[in-house]
Amino acid sequence: MATSFSATLPLHGSQESRLSLTPIRLAPPSSFLGSTRSLSIPSSRSRLYHAHAARRSPVVGVQEVVKDKKITNSLLITKEEGLELYEDMILGRSFEDMCAQMYYRGKMFGFVHLYNGQEAVSTGFIKLLTQSDSVVSTYRDHVHALSKGVSARAVMSELFGKVTGCCRGQGGSMHMFSKEHNMLGGFAFIGEGIPVATGAAFTSKYKREVLKQDCDDVTVAFFGDGTCNNGQFYECLNMAALYKLPIIFVVENNLWAIGMSHLRSTSDPEIWKKGPAFGMPGVHVDGMDVLKVREVAKEAVTRARRGEGPTLVECETYRFRGHSLADPDELRDAAEKAKYAARDPITALKKYLMENKLANEGELKTIEKKIDELVEEAVEFADASPQPGRSQLLENVFADPKGFGIGPDGRYRCEDPKFTEGTAQV
Amino acid sequence: MAARIHGGAGAGAATALSTFNPKKLVAPPSRTNLPARNSKRYIVSAAAGSDGSKKSLLRVRHSQKLIANAAVATKAEESSAPTGTGHELLLFEALQEGLEEEMDRDPHVCVMGEDVGHYGGSYKVTKGLADKFGDLRVLDTPICENAFTGMGIGAAMTGLRPVIEGMNMGFLLLAFNQISNNCGMLHYTSGGQFTIPVVIRGPGGVGRQLGAEHSQRLESYFQSIPGIQMVACSTPYNAKGLMKAAIRSENPVILFEHVLLYNLKEKIPDEEYICNLEEAEMVRPGEHITILTYSRMRYHVMQAAKTLVNKGYDPEVIDIRSLKPFDLHTIGNSVKKTHRVLIVEECMRTGGIGASLTAAINENFHDYLDAPVMCLSSQDVPTPYAGTLEEWTVVQPAQIVTAVEQLCQ
Repeated sequence: MATSFSATLPLHGSQESRLSLTPIRLAPPSSFLGSTRSLSIPSSRSRLYHAHAARRSPVVGVQEVVKDKKITNSLLITKEEGLELYEDMILGRSFEDMCAQMYYRGKMFGFVHLYNGQEAVSTGFIKLLTQSDSVVSTYRDHVHALSKGVSARAVMSELFGKVTGCCRGQGGSMHMFSKEHNMLGGFAFIGEGIPVATGAAFTSKYKREVLKQDCDDVTVAFFGDGTCNNGQFYECLNMAALYKLPIIFVVENNLWAIGMSHLRSTSDPEIWKKGPAFGMPGVHVDGMDVLKVREVAKEAVTRARRGEGPTLVECETYRFRGHSLADPDELRDAAEKAKYAARDPITALKKYLMENKLANEGELKTIEKKIDELVEEAVEFADASPQPGRSQLLENVFADPKGFGIGPDGRYRCEDPKFTEGTAQV
Repeated sequence: MAARIHGGAGAGAATALSTFNPKKLVAPPSRTNLPARNSKRYIVSAAAGSDGSKKSLLRVRHSQKLIANAAVATKAEESSAPTGTGHELLLFEALQEGLEEEMDRDPHVCVMGEDVGHYGGSYKVTKGLADKFGDLRVLDTPICENAFTGMGIGAAMTGLRPVIEGMNMGFLLLAFNQISNNCGMLHYTSGGQFTIPVVIRGPGGVGRQLGAEHSQRLESYFQSIPGIQMVACSTPYNAKGLMKAAIRSENPVILFEHVLLYNLKEKIPDEEYICNLEEAEMVRPGEHITILTYSRMRYHVMQAAKTLVNKGYDPEVIDIRSLKPFDLHTIGNSVKKTHRVLIVEECMRTGGIGASLTAAINENFHDYLDAPVMCLSSQDVPTPYAGTLEEWTVVQPAQIVTAVEQLCQ
């Protein structure tokens, strides 16, 4: 398991020597642990010990890695990549700002959770993925959907509750799904998406090992600090490590779960430490810096694609707005907010791009203008779209509408013409 | 009594009618529908050979199979009719056969659950499958119902067809979050983009002094979840048929098995067949009263039916099989014929399947009822350990006889 994560034990002496970025050795695909019945044979005990020792992977702070790279004078990104990252983060920010406006104008309703300030995490991870990789998120999912490729129009329409929304208006803010872009949701209860993500990763492994397909799709599961006290999180860490699933668990630690401070609710607030307890690397990264996140993500995604198993990445980040648009956000300290506002990931990237001559003011302004227009157009589109008709009410309850059963007249209820009108009684 | 023999047969009706008293047969218009409906129940492969008579014999054998003991019999009563081809097996073997056939047929079908692999399943339903299909296709999970049910759902969304086993249905209470929110609702909230073709199955019901927590009936808790289907098997024949149908269905299906029925023996066809998920099963046609039941209570009802027949009653017994949605056609036709309904179930009184069924019948068939719908359910108590107390929580044949006599006054 020679990845840079396992390159060093922080407890053992200095770190500089170990942090050279040795090329990643290709490890042979490990056999599925569950099938080795020979585990009961004493001779394999030493192997088991070794496997366990290797799995007790140490943790590395990645800031040093990034600094190293700067010293050697090679940049972390090319111009194209830089502009792509910038555009994606500007899209996330503008879109969420527009959501706030539209909410207060009465165009969208219910619970809307905005992502302002956390863009680096979404962009840093998702821009490394392919279309067939999967992303699972929480209720704070607009920007994950956008980064994954769902069009701003589709997301905005969904928020307005129109038929042209990505879920036909049936999901809403907290349920952004896209089969085309493998956005597996959007979940309202915290933690309930993590098993789904584990399942998607399981399918990837199954396709490779049972169906013998060429599949190296990975799944990235995003969730918050509050979720890390939930049972489903731990259950899935266990299974993912046990079955060596190609999944990356990304904790967006913004320190607050509505009004509950992370420090008040968690016995050991350092979430990255919980990875090694289950046999996977745990990494802590500055989630306000998209380049650092991207470096960590590259490592984690490569590990997963090679079949080496899961990684737990804790991103220290912050949400500039309240938990949702209904949250008055009175509990958080103004000083804390100011501190993180100064570390705005978009400002940071802009500074990096300009300082390293990757882009000039004009190019960035062009991007900002383009995104503004895109978001405006998305709102217009959503406004103009029709609301769902009555006939849509009963559709999609079942994939096979025979599930509504047989009516008194002997016909399947779904064969009743009134069914499509939405006036059938079920 | 002659009425028993013609067990709602499809093509076999012709052969049986000769022994039937035509005067007793009031031919309601629904009767003509029944044979057509029954014939849909079989999907027999082309190599079946002579089918008509065989089908009727099978139907005959069903209705004749009155289990004397409270549902833990090992051998059905043999009929004198020629057996033909077919093979005899126990209910858990029938489930395994159905599962194995589907896994052979489609490599995307997989199993996950506690002890399903190396152990072969706590009730042996998955015995031998891990050896045949490997440890990934028959996955031994850690003890984390919520997470592995969710994992199955995520796998289903991305192309697999998992069969998730709850070692005991009661354990699925820990998976309620995933079953309700994701299994049931995800197809809808995603606007139809993702399907969840999972089968969630496991043994439930009151066993032999297993204690309160291992004797739960979860069908009442799950029935309100929109987007799922629930079926309950009661014979080796319908166990295999429903298992196969559930796996092939694009909807999430919860298949309820019963702890005490796993050792029932029956001869089932060699040819491939599936049972329709939404249909009820006519166990014993009759004239005087409709008795609706499912799972283990079917056997208590049939035992009571023996007594009732001796007393001169002619009960029509329907195994509703589909707990959600109800087959209102079969049920309705029966109500329209007999005008009296008794529901016998193992669910608890409050909010059980019987409660929903009573409401559905009253809503749809009120005009046809000559008496209020009576529902016999288990007592609203946590199932006690003591044998005597446990017996009194569950409906017994004597109570069924009394209820019928009361309704038919």
